[in-house]
Amino acid sequence: MISRDVGAPGGAGRAAHAGSGVPVVSLRHVRKSYPAGGRAGAAERLALADVTFDVARGEFACVVGPSGAGKTTLLRCLAGLMPPTSGEALFEGNVLRRVPDRVGVVFQDYSRSLYPWLTVNRNIALPLKVRGVDKATRAKRIAEVLASVGLAGVGRQYPWQLSGGMQQRVAIARSLAYRPDLLLMDEPFASVDAQTRFELEDLILRVRDEFNVTVVFVTHDIDEAIYLADRIVVLSASPGVVAEIVDVALPRPRDQITTKSDERFARYRQKLLGLVMAR
Amino acid sequence: MHRDGNGIAAGSGQQAAAAGTAGRRRVPLLSALGRAARAVAWLWLFAVGVAAWWVLSAHSTSLYFPPLEKILRQLYALWIAGSARGQLAASLEQFAAGYAIAGLGGIGIGALLWSVRGVREATSPYIYFLYVLPAPALVPAVMTIFGIGFTMKVVIIAFAAIWPTLLNTLDGMRGVDEIKLDTSRVLGLSGFRAVRSVVLPAAAPQIVAGLRNSLQVAIILMVVSEWIASTGGIGYFIVNAQQAFNYLNMWTGIIMLALIGIVANLLFVLAENWLLHWHYAARAKEAR
Repeated sequence: MISRDVGAPGGAGRAAHAGSGVPVVSLRHVRKSYPAGGRAGAAERLALADVTFDVARGEFACVVGPSGAGKTTLLRCLAGLMPPTSGEALFEGNVLRRVPDRVGVVFQDYSRSLYPWLTVNRNIALPLKVRGVDKATRAKRIAEVLASVGLAGVGRQYPWQLSGGMQQRVAIARSLAYRPDLLLMDEPFASVDAQTRFELEDLILRVRDEFNVTVVFVTHDIDEAIYLADRIVVLSASPGVVAEIVDVALPRPRDQITTKSDERFARYRQKLLGLVMAR
Repeated sequence: MHRDGNGIAAGSGQQAAAAGTAGRRRVPLLSALGRAARAVAWLWLFAVGVAAWWVLSAHSTSLYFPPLEKILRQLYALWIAGSARGQLAASLEQFAAGYAIAGLGGIGIGALLWSVRGVREATSPYIYFLYVLPAPALVPAVMTIFGIGFTMKVVIIAFAAIWPTLLNTLDGMRGVDEIKLDTSRVLGLSGFRAVRSVVLPAAAPQIVAGLRNSLQVAIILMVVSEWIASTGGIGYFIVNAQQAFNYLNMWTGIIMLALIGIVANLLFVLAENWLLHWHYAARAKEAR
């Protein structure tokens, strides 16, 4: 079992974004087990064995790993949606006890995370209301984020009236509207077609710069991880441990055609495929 | 208990929604009216039945089955122009109070049971016991406690009608998608706000199905409670007319009840379509 602690952040890809001091996200020997279903006293199912890594301010980190490596569990611990069984999950230096106000989460299934009884505007307004943003500012912010995700003018429609890709844009807009420091994304583009997926990848890189947000992005798609990330955390097969952390030194801004045809891209892919398929 | 929408409402909802997504944005009330109009379009079949009744009974000399024309004249004279209006008002008041208590109580208690797991588990045997108990059987007991009057009848109606709403609320809330709940936590909603903004609307289709069942039960109990212990109201009127061999009046009461049922259901469908327009429209879109 390999567990790597990558201490202080630093390195090629994220120089432009790297901030100072406390990492935005910090996992210390996180272990998570679930009670095995049904029988009392049965052995528990271990989802994460020992995960340790940091994510610096402004960094774009991807988490990859084979199915069942505990990627979603990891993200839920990062979000404060559930506590680790042991070890610590810190957000900006504080132990997570609930979902912090300055964390946004985009789930894979937009049709389940958007509220179908609310229009797009009202979906986005919801977290703003909770945070006490007044009505005029809400309207301004909503227009702003919708424009940022390329959806100006759909605010009065219901999410289910939009295409899948557009719905996921709404979900992204909703999580950006309250200006989070950290955006967590759980395989957000796994349910859309390939073309839309490329568009959304470029979109997330753009809004990440625009909103100056740190991103932790879970995916099972290695190409996607390389294309997006400053750094890739590779989880091993179940139970999850950090197999390796790979710095992605590809230049930015990235571009679907030139970046993906870069020979370094191919080398990263080879390396990561080897890691993910190792066991 | 698991009915989700139903015949008229769901069927016509889909058509209207399919037509609606093309052009409209904001007019749920109008499209609800449109849907109701489509449901009403099937009334021709009903009209044929009424016409047949009218013609076949026109020359009836039977004491038990007077001509429909005569019944309707008497109905107008009694219930709309005349003395029975007070009876009607009394019944409707009891019904409205009982149904309102059942609806609000059912949703409130259901939500409470959902949110406090301990309470749910502790009370579930009692709830089951009360649920299987036929409400009319309780009339004598409630009579003893509350006497014969408004309160007793409201209690009976509320007690009988609360179960479909309560159990559907509990069930609907249990069935709310985990991701929707996670999302509400991520967005920062907590406690009462999460229930009001996420859990209630997400469970609304099932809650409304429960409210619809409660409506039927409330109407039935409105009548039954008056049969057993009352000196007024439409149920009392019917029984009284029958015992006085006034079959004409009896029939007017029965038809009046049918009209009440129709109007109540129609209003319910309108409210349902307005409230759940997003649900039917989204489902219609999915089905395409």
